[in-house]
Amino acid sequence: MSSTALQMQSARRERMRGYKDFIAKYAIGIGGMAVIGAVLLMMFFFFYQVAPLFSSATMEKVATYDRPGQSKTVMLAVDEYQDTALRITEDAKIVFFKAKTGELVETISLPVAEGVAVSSYHVLDDADGQVALGLSNGQLLLAEYGFAVSYVDGVRQIKPRFSYPLGEAPMVMDAQGRALAHVSGRASGDTMVLVGSPKGAPVVEFRAFELKKAMFSDEVSLEQVAANQVPLAFVPEWVKVDGMNDWFYAIDSTGDMQVFSIRNVDAPKDYARLNTLPVDGKEKRQLTSVNFLLGGISLLLGEESGKLTQWFPVRDANNQFTFQAVRDFDEQSAAITDMAVEQRRKGFVLSDASGHVGVYHATAHRVVGLEQVAQSAITNIAMTPRADGFLAEDQQGKMHLWSLENEHPEVSFEVLWQKVWYEGYAKPDYIWQSSSSASDFEPKFSLAPLAFGTLKAAFYAMLFAVPIAIMAAMFAGFFMAPKMRQAVKPTIELLEALPTVILGFLAGLWLAPYLEKHMPSFFLLVLLMPLMVFIFGYLWSRFPEAIRNRVPDGWQAALLIPVLLLSVLIAVWLDDPVEHLLFAGDMPMWLTNVAGIDYDQRNALVVGIAMGLAVIPIIFSIAEDAIYNVPRHQVNGSLALGATPWQTMVGVVLPTASPGLFSATMIGLGRAVGETMIVLMATGNTAVMDIDIFNGLRTLSANIAVEMPESEVGSTHYRVLFLAALVLFMFTFFFNTIAETVRQRMLKRYGAL
Amino acid sequence: MLRTWMREGNHWVWFNAMAVAISLLAVIGLISFIVFKGMGHFWPKDIHAYTVQDGQGGTVQLIGELHRRSDRVEGNIKEGVTHVPQLLVKVGNRDIFGADFKWVDEHAVIKDITAKDLIMVERYEWGNLYGRLKSVTLGDGMTVTGNQAWDTFQQLIERHTELHKQIVRIQKHEIGAINAGVEQLRLDRRRLELDNKLTEQAIAKLDEKRRQLDGEYQTLLTQMRQLEQTASALGKAQIEIMTGDVVTLPIDKIVESVMPNAMTLTEKFGHYFHRIWVFLSDDPREANTEGGIFPAIFGTVTMVFIMTVLVMPFGVVAAVYLREYAKDGWITRAVRISVNNLAGVPSIVYGVFGLGFFVYVLGHNIDQLFYQEALPAPTFGTPGLLWAALTLALLTLPVVIVSTEEGLARVPRAMREGSLALGATKIETLWNTVLPIASPAIMTGLILAIARAAGEVAPLMLVGVVKLAPSLPVDSIAPYIHLDRKIMHLGFHINDVGFQSPNVEAAQPLVYATAFLLVLIIIALNITAITIRNRLRERFKSVDN
Repeated sequence: MSSTALQMQSARRERMRGYKDFIAKYAIGIGGMAVIGAVLLMMFFFFYQVAPLFSSATMEKVATYDRPGQSKTVMLAVDEYQDTALRITEDAKIVFFKAKTGELVETISLPVAEGVAVSSYHVLDDADGQVALGLSNGQLLLAEYGFAVSYVDGVRQIKPRFSYPLGEAPMVMDAQGRALAHVSGRASGDTMVLVGSPKGAPVVEFRAFELKKAMFSDEVSLEQVAANQVPLAFVPEWVKVDGMNDWFYAIDSTGDMQVFSIRNVDAPKDYARLNTLPVDGKEKRQLTSVNFLLGGISLLLGEESGKLTQWFPVRDANNQFTFQAVRDFDEQSAAITDMAVEQRRKGFVLSDASGHVGVYHATAHRVVGLEQVAQSAITNIAMTPRADGFLAEDQQGKMHLWSLENEHPEVSFEVLWQKVWYEGYAKPDYIWQSSSSASDFEPKFSLAPLAFGTLKAAFYAMLFAVPIAIMAAMFAGFFMAPKMRQAVKPTIELLEALPTVILGFLAGLWLAPYLEKHMPSFFLLVLLMPLMVFIFGYLWSRFPEAIRNRVPDGWQAALLIPVLLLSVLIAVWLDDPVEHLLFAGDMPMWLTNVAGIDYDQRNALVVGIAMGLAVIPIIFSIAEDAIYNVPRHQVNGSLALGATPWQTMVGVVLPTASPGLFSATMIGLGRAVGETMIVLMATGNTAVMDIDIFNGLRTLSANIAVEMPESEVGSTHYRVLFLAALVLFMFTFFFNTIAETVRQRMLKRYGAL
Repeated sequence: MLRTWMREGNHWVWFNAMAVAISLLAVIGLISFIVFKGMGHFWPKDIHAYTVQDGQGGTVQLIGELHRRSDRVEGNIKEGVTHVPQLLVKVGNRDIFGADFKWVDEHAVIKDITAKDLIMVERYEWGNLYGRLKSVTLGDGMTVTGNQAWDTFQQLIERHTELHKQIVRIQKHEIGAINAGVEQLRLDRRRLELDNKLTEQAIAKLDEKRRQLDGEYQTLLTQMRQLEQTASALGKAQIEIMTGDVVTLPIDKIVESVMPNAMTLTEKFGHYFHRIWVFLSDDPREANTEGGIFPAIFGTVTMVFIMTVLVMPFGVVAAVYLREYAKDGWITRAVRISVNNLAGVPSIVYGVFGLGFFVYVLGHNIDQLFYQEALPAPTFGTPGLLWAALTLALLTLPVVIVSTEEGLARVPRAMREGSLALGATKIETLWNTVLPIASPAIMTGLILAIARAAGEVAPLMLVGVVKLAPSLPVDSIAPYIHLDRKIMHLGFHINDVGFQSPNVEAAQPLVYATAFLLVLIIIALNITAITIRNRLRERFKSVDN
């Protein structure tokens, strides 16, 4: 080969090497950046998942058109796909029309006598479309509307239907034939209750039925079991039966309310009378619209001023119910004309006389949207079954279809961190109860008890771990003989490697039952150990030199092991006598019955010990480094001036190492806050807010581990769990940052020494 | 005297020493407790025959193992409480008595004998059975009694074990492979349909394959039925249980049977190791409360292995960047802050991230792009092996980075400069000089990461670990490593069997054994890592000087 060829080859190789070096530099740079990328991605992703919880609803106009069909609207409804809607009109017609265009689909006449008008309505069941229609001749008609969905060549076809499964014949409510101004009712289980009040009369006609299923077909018939005429104190404006057939309410526009207990259908009992609109000095208040929230427990009372108040029955200690105003919403400024409630959540929409529509959530106490929908007063409003739109009719006969994007109205700051008054509870409280089998369940998303449980578990763990870990670090880093230190440090650090699932398992299945049986021995041990060590230490100083000199300085810890074992033995031996002497033979029973402290087998004490053990090695390791690294010349100076080793420790070593000890504690705390398996297995996972050491708890982390696998992706529950994880992330971020900052300062200071 | 002693603060020194002693005792106590409890499980325990007063003047017989002692509380808090010592006897025969255990007051026991002829029979279902072997009926109707009965019994069980192995092989591996083939055909068909390529020809081809598989399936099924018939025709054993009733037990329901009271120490040891082997190599039975934990070991190892492959390049590159390339500045600081924070983030938060991002975002999109034929059943859009490994890789990244960085820091400057002075480029220096020297540190980091990952449970509960996986993540069906499968895991197994199983008392020894195995693995890994690190430190001490 010629020399030029060689040169060329060599030059090419040089170039290749250069390229490689160049590529490597950037590839490694990118690799380094990827770590920042990962952290940022995590942070971003958490915020991205949580953000929708706090965003408002978006309301958008879809269509406006003239009202299809004749006469005044009594009731409005829309199908699930916002394809077809219906109007039940005063002149006893059902008008089906396309929800997006207003194009007439079908008009059906109700099976009533000529000239009879529809005077009132009540939806008995949203899912089945069961309605009760009050007629102008004092009769009541039960009917069912529905929208049958079918697919033809993959295109959705909606066919409206209207039927009378309980018979076409209307039943007589008012014998005198007066128009029914109000009807209401509810079917729960196999009983149905119907009420109606004739126009202008202070009475309510009350009927109770049993639903009889036919033997061989789906046919259902009604058998009347009770009929009463209930006198009222006033002429009612609204009559409403609640969701459990426990109560019915009669209300007039001045806010007077009369509540009847109908548990016994034969004799409705006048249970309570109250005024829901206390005069507060200003102008007279007046009710303009009343409806139940989903579930039929809470009543929503809308006023002329645009204000809305939520009421529900509250049971007191004597099992008596009082009717309480729970929360109010004062967002709209014109009279509330109509309201529609969501069928799957505790949300509702309000329409007012100025053409505005507001979207609300009751539990969250939140207004998620408010828009001007019409130019004149809205008379009727209906919500789609999926709560993703509403149809409103205004005074001028225009229909407005709006779409609504409102994924997570259930969450607000108040729900997460403050006391909330839930339906069925005696008072506002912090409660976490994310799901239930019932469809009208009110989810309770308070993170407060979980955060409390997290801090409680961490607190007891630190109470146990910090003294032991720091004191052990003081001994190992300062007093201990180097040879022993070499063996002791890795041994204690081995504890850090022990999987927490094993600690949790031992705590839950061994320690918890053991402590329940031998509670006094633990407390005896806490007392005995220092006492025995004190006595032994003093006696040791009195021992003859010959014996003492056999054990070199700095090996005290090894000497103490038999002493500690002995105190364990004594504590176990004394357990039974002490329990009999002081606690009537059984401490947990004594605590519950005599001291009045609830005792859970898996309690904070068990968690404290188990998690304490998990945290000790972390704190110990960092604290020991801090103490060990205190400059030797400072220590020697102090000793040379005549200070005893302990005085040197307190006067010189501790002050210098204190930032390290602090940072060790913070890192330990961060670890205790985030620990999952121990708390999951060693506590009962009950979300109670109680600082008591013998009570259980539920932490953020355990809660995530339990509920995350079952939560539906993208649901409010799912996002709240992400929020819980974010809170956890923030907690640990906070503690770690403090620890790191302090540690950096300390390093600088050591550098100066 | 005492006062001076205290003024010098000597008692405080002793208290500090006490803290060390407590910590040491806690570590040693914990580990010995797990070892003791975990290893004790396999020892063939004596079977007792207790004669117990039944409280109505008569006596009853209890046959079983002494499980543990405890006491029960009598009386109420006002008049004083007494503790009555009790024995918990594992009497087995869950199918007859309803529960495995019976509590007996210790003072009610009037006779306690460990007769040599008492046997324990481990069954495939319903747990153990304790009693006395009366006779064995062979498949041809011949009945063996007396001394020969036990030997015949053992031979029959052995023969059945052989048959059982073959049946399981056919059932799990061969029929499993055919089922996978059928499923694959369905997916192929759907794929073609989605691509609009489902021609007559293609259908015929798929049907042909399907027929072929069906044929194979039938052959295997006949084979299996034959084996099962042989197994069920092996014979029956008549065993007298503690109530005096004689139970007839078909041989094909029996895993094994021992006569522990008659065993010599050597035999006991032999059996002890046999049971440890079964524990390590067998599949779990009876909702994980019996049998072995092989799938959990296998799942843990596979997951950790994949995690190592994922975390190593990233960790090493990031450490090299920090130590060798990055200039001190805000970027380096940001990376360091990131690493520190990653290390401090609770593991469950990684789990939430893994589930939300890897499974539901990445996995979902992978399904949309590549596994459309399987939809709506998710392939990667559900927790599984890959996501578990990836989540843990993220979790252990700081461990690898910190350890590698330490290793790189210990490589003497002189070596780097020497290499550069000889004309090597930076990457050549790194690749040929620095990294080889730092490799023990990288190893240490990896081992620590593995130890951490093997013991981590909380995030895995969200991203791919299940209580019972139907099949192993690695098998003989292409593509051999199934990254989308769910796995079993030792740590989760402990949590699940210890807390969620229907029969916690019976399962507890198994949990201790699993815990012991896990502790053993993790301590071994940690000690290896520490040893390597110390050796590395020693080696470069001499170079530094």
